[in-house]
Amino acid sequence: MIEIELAIVGAGPAGLSAAIEARRAGVDVLLIDENARPGGQLFKQIHKFFGSRAHKAGIRGMNIGTELLQESEKFGIKTWLNGEVCGIEDGHNLWVVRNREKSEIVRAKKIILATGATENAVTFPGWDLPGVMGAGAAQTMINVNRVLPGKKVIMLGSGNVGVIVAYQLLQAGAEVVAVLEAAPRLGGYGVHTAKVCRAGVPFYVSHTIKRAFGTDHVEAVEIVKLDSSFKQIPGTEHVIEVDTICLATGLTPLTELAWLAGCKFNFVPALGGHLPIHDDKMHSTQNDIFIAGDISGIEEASTAMEEGRLAGINVATELGYITKEEADARSQEIWDNLNTLRSGYFGQKRRDAKDSMLQNGKEVIKWNIH
Amino acid sequence: MNRIPNHPILEDEKPEKEVQIFVDNKPIIALEGEMIAAALIANGIFINRYTTHKHKPRGIYCAIGRCTDCIMTVDGVPNVRTCVTKVREGMKIITQQGTGVWSEEVQND
Ligand SMILES: Cc1cc2nc3c(=O)[nH]c(=O)nc-3n(C[C@H](O)[C@H](O)[C@H](O)COP(=O)(O)OP(=O)(O)OC[C@H]3O[C@@H](n4cnc5c(N)ncnc54)[C@H](O)[C@@H]3O)c2cc1C
Ligand code: FES
Repeated sequence: MIEIELAIVGAGPAGLSAAIEARRAGVDVLLIDENARPGGQLFKQIHKFFGSRAHKAGIRGMNIGTELLQESEKFGIKTWLNGEVCGIEDGHNLWVVRNREKSEIVRAKKIILATGATENAVTFPGWDLPGVMGAGAAQTMINVNRVLPGKKVIMLGSGNVGVIVAYQLLQAGAEVVAVLEAAPRLGGYGVHTAKVCRAGVPFYVSHTIKRAFGTDHVEAVEIVKLDSSFKQIPGTEHVIEVDTICLATGLTPLTELAWLAGCKFNFVPALGGHLPIHDDKMHSTQNDIFIAGDISGIEEASTAMEEGRLAGINVATELGYITKEEADARSQEIWDNLNTLRSGYFGQKRRDAKDSMLQNGKEVIKWNIH
Repeated sequence: MNRIPNHPILEDEKPEKEVQIFVDNKPIIALEGEMIAAALIANGIFINRYTTHKHKPRGIYCAIGRCTDCIMTVDGVPNVRTCVTKVREGMKIITQQGTGVWSEEVQND
């Protein structure tokens, strides 16, 4: 058994930022990720980020990833790669399978869960054919693995991931034949949407996929128009030749460990589904367990980093490395950033959902812990 | 070849050492350190396995080790997620049928 002050599960933008803040304050940190390389989803995000004026706006995700890794190296943060956290016991013991061969128990005073999210599926006849994949899967293949999973692609979903990946597929040399959106209006940031539009890719709102054709692989897709109650309108079908169908229909937080740990949950559709209840310190309903990033609500890497920093600072405070006053001052700064990131047409919805979650967290967590 | 050697944003790919791996006993060339699923796609192989009951083909779906659609039998071990497992010189990969079978050598190991 290994004893540590803080164990962080997940070395994405949230986990890395949490580790850096906690380590900077003096906490003994162990960062664990199942992948061979840290960074989570950051290195596939080759687009420039938005952000508060001062904070990383205009920098590409992958370069932010490089900066985070350099900082984590500078602080000498202990990192276990190829370490899958498979269980959590007594709110303090993590069961880690290392290098797929050896089990190890890590006993931590505090735990931060920063496990990220997984892509949602939508089903239609043929959705299980090779060639149907998550948009993030295609993004991983082109930007991280440098292989093209398809040459003629249709994208279902016009949210940020949909339009960002559509553009990145074009950059990688694929043809994107269309972007479909079931809702009557487009869902992504204007800048990303406009780039895809300018490249000549048609957008179909109020449309979805009826079925995919093919035997060993996708060969074509049938699309159909939807009425205002999202029902397919017969007679509006239309077959398009494609070899790849990308689904960008949202993400679901990876919450298994939080469930196992006994955290209480709320169902918040605007943030991706069941979320561990948390307060403005990223504290869950379990005494020594914090959360940060997509697990606490699907947003983007910039918010994940801020939440990670919050969790790191508050853990350091509870462990006695930072005074409460200092923590409050720094948290306020981070909250200002978060509120800027959660503003505007798309951000406000997340802000409202987060606010009600935090309100709820305040009530429930006081009840539970203090 | 489905590789993306040059890219408008990403740096040109550094020439990696080539390794030989075997897919259903046929040799293919992969790049050292890449994921098995990527090497297969680079070589135009899109089917990783067939399902147990209906024998339907499956390819990559999530590419980050979550969905198990890409599992294959690797060096005698079934159900290996090929999207998060690196290639190694001489690796033997089998298109998996159903839940696959363990090779005897591995079982007796
Ligand atoms: C495939 C994909 C592509 C995306 N692309 C974009 C995009 O282009 N633009 C955008 O704005 N947003 C995108 N997102 C949303 C993205 O989730 C956020 O931008 C951001 O990366 C969230 O950061 P995070 O640190 O919370 O999670 P992640 O970056 O996902 O990091 C979590 C890490 O924890 C690891 N982990 C999880 N469970 C365990 C465990 N039990 N044991 C060990 N390690 C574990 C994961 O493997 C991962 O490395 C994408 C999401 C996915 C899944
Ligand atoms: S494609 Fe999902 S686990 Fe490999």
